[in-house]
Amino acid sequence: MEPVMAIAVGLMYAAAIYMMLRRSIVKLVIGLMLLSNAANLLIFTSAGMTRGAPPLIPPGAVVPDGIVADPLPQALILTAIVIAFGVLAFAVVLIHRAYNILRTDNLDQMKDTDT
Amino acid sequence: MSFEVALPILIPLLTGALCVMFWRYNAIQRALSLVGSFALLATSIWLMISVYNDGHVVMYMGNWEAPFGITLVADMLSAIMVVLTGMMAVAIAIYSLSSASPSHERFGYYPLMHLLLAGVAGSFLTGDIFNLYVWFEVMLIASFALLILGGERAQMEGAVKYVTLNLLSSAIFLSAIGLLYGLVGTLNMADIAVKLGEAENAGLIDVIAVMFLIAFGIKAAAFPLFFWLPASYHTGPVAVSALFAGLLTKVGVYALFRVFTLIFNQNVDFTHEILLWMAGFTMLTGVLGAAAQFEFRRILSFHIVSQIGYMILGLALFTPLALIGGVFYIMHHIIVKTNLFLISGITHRLLGTYDLKKLGGIYKSRPFLSILFLIPALSLAGVPPLSGFFAKFIIIRAGVEADAWVITGIALLVGLLTLYSMIKIWAEVFWKKLPKGQDDTALVEGKTSASTVVLYIPVVLLAVCTLFIGLNGQPIYEFAEYSAAQLLNPQGYIDAVLGGAQ
Repeated sequence: MEPVMAIAVGLMYAAAIYMMLRRSIVKLVIGLMLLSNAANLLIFTSAGMTRGAPPLIPPGAVVPDGIVADPLPQALILTAIVIAFGVLAFAVVLIHRAYNILRTDNLDQMKDTDT
Repeated sequence: MSFEVALPILIPLLTGALCVMFWRYNAIQRALSLVGSFALLATSIWLMISVYNDGHVVMYMGNWEAPFGITLVADMLSAIMVVLTGMMAVAIAIYSLSSASPSHERFGYYPLMHLLLAGVAGSFLTGDIFNLYVWFEVMLIASFALLILGGERAQMEGAVKYVTLNLLSSAIFLSAIGLLYGLVGTLNMADIAVKLGEAENAGLIDVIAVMFLIAFGIKAAAFPLFFWLPASYHTGPVAVSALFAGLLTKVGVYALFRVFTLIFNQNVDFTHEILLWMAGFTMLTGVLGAAAQFEFRRILSFHIVSQIGYMILGLALFTPLALIGGVFYIMHHIIVKTNLFLISGITHRLLGTYDLKKLGGIYKSRPFLSILFLIPALSLAGVPPLSGFFAKFIIIRAGVEADAWVITGIALLVGLLTLYSMIKIWAEVFWKKLPKGQDDTALVEGKTSASTVVLYIPVVLLAVCTLFIGLNGQPIYEFAEYSAAQLLNPQGYIDAVLGGAQ
């Protein structure tokens, strides 16, 4: 399973970078979305794709029974999804405002502050 | 329970929340912001005293012992950074009383400012790598919103670049955390340091180290990843630029210092060699970029980049003296750079522009302001006896002792070019006659209104700090020495954090 996931994650990164390199700011934001999702999948994959029971401890015991799944990667991904969601909401509003003010969605025409 | 570690995060969060509750009452928000900033400074000094006495101050969140819960850790470097955050908070809060326009205040200027401070303080104090990512994001989202307050053309363009590259950096940081977690199965930085010492997959460790280097390099605006900084920092409201200039890139530098002394210290020849090259090119490109500019805040922005190079150089040489120099440089730089941005705001108030070609004649009507500019400007260039001289002296001495002649030569050359830039600003803004056709009513009237006097208060305070470090550097040097000793001996940090679990 890991090789398939690894290739999928790699493709997502490639797609994200490709979208970010294009001229339109809308595609830039789509690239950012793909990028954050690729990072989440990477955490999911690299933390180990083992089949395990839910990490619940039976009443009276102090350690779980048998092999359990690691809950931490899920917690990390959940946090990262929430953060990415907030940040992307901001990015969408930003490109909308930027379009209204600059009257262009072409990144090549946003060079006034570069030189 | 060492509560003082959590207070520098809680106070700005609380202040920000209270400011939101008084959304419609700007006067109350202003007062709250001022009180909150002073409280932050006070608690940060309390933290500094505890750290000075105990070495490391550790607090386990929710009483989950390390490495299972999130840990807040303050060593000397964190404490120094938090005290500087407190000082900048006070300076900016006073400055904002006069500089923040009502339209900015209406859109949440103060809540965002304190949220940003909470994010910065959190990044300095956390002992958990994923928590560091979360604080980075807290800081970023606040900085995004602050940067576009006002919504002008240039701000939109700058913000698109700033947001994109910082999100890219966050994604790389997150990926690196994922790979690191896959390798060692823990997120606590002290625990990671222990487990990485035992890990066998040296190649993968180097890959992860370089990913951290890129992620933090973007945040710190190091070569070749700095392009967002000069494209965006000069566009925001001036108090915001000053705060960003002082603190935000230094969070990246702090993260580099933390990660490359505590976690990735196995393969120093490889990682710190890259850091050394980065430092050299960062210094050079920053200062050469500044030489081509004729906009007050853009020159200063490029100088942030070049100064970051000196700090990274301190880390890259990785000798005790070099680390002392790096920490000393951070302390000196935050104070000086914020001050220069604040002064650019005063000249903007007087003449309504940041363009060097349209500015002029300030020495004639405002000699006091001109002297105030000279103190941080000459300090930035490293003229004795100001703070920058000692910062550069320590780093260059460390370079000579490490036989790193090329990089030492670059550092000296960059100091000279910095002096050139500062002289350019001095000649254009303060010394030359005011160009014809410029509206100079505010300048010639000679009176200084009460609201402009408020702008002078933080500038004078920060200039006094610069002079103090320059004339009485010994105590500051001892703080830097203390923190460098801790950085070079990560075992102390590890024992302090994991001591409770063993």
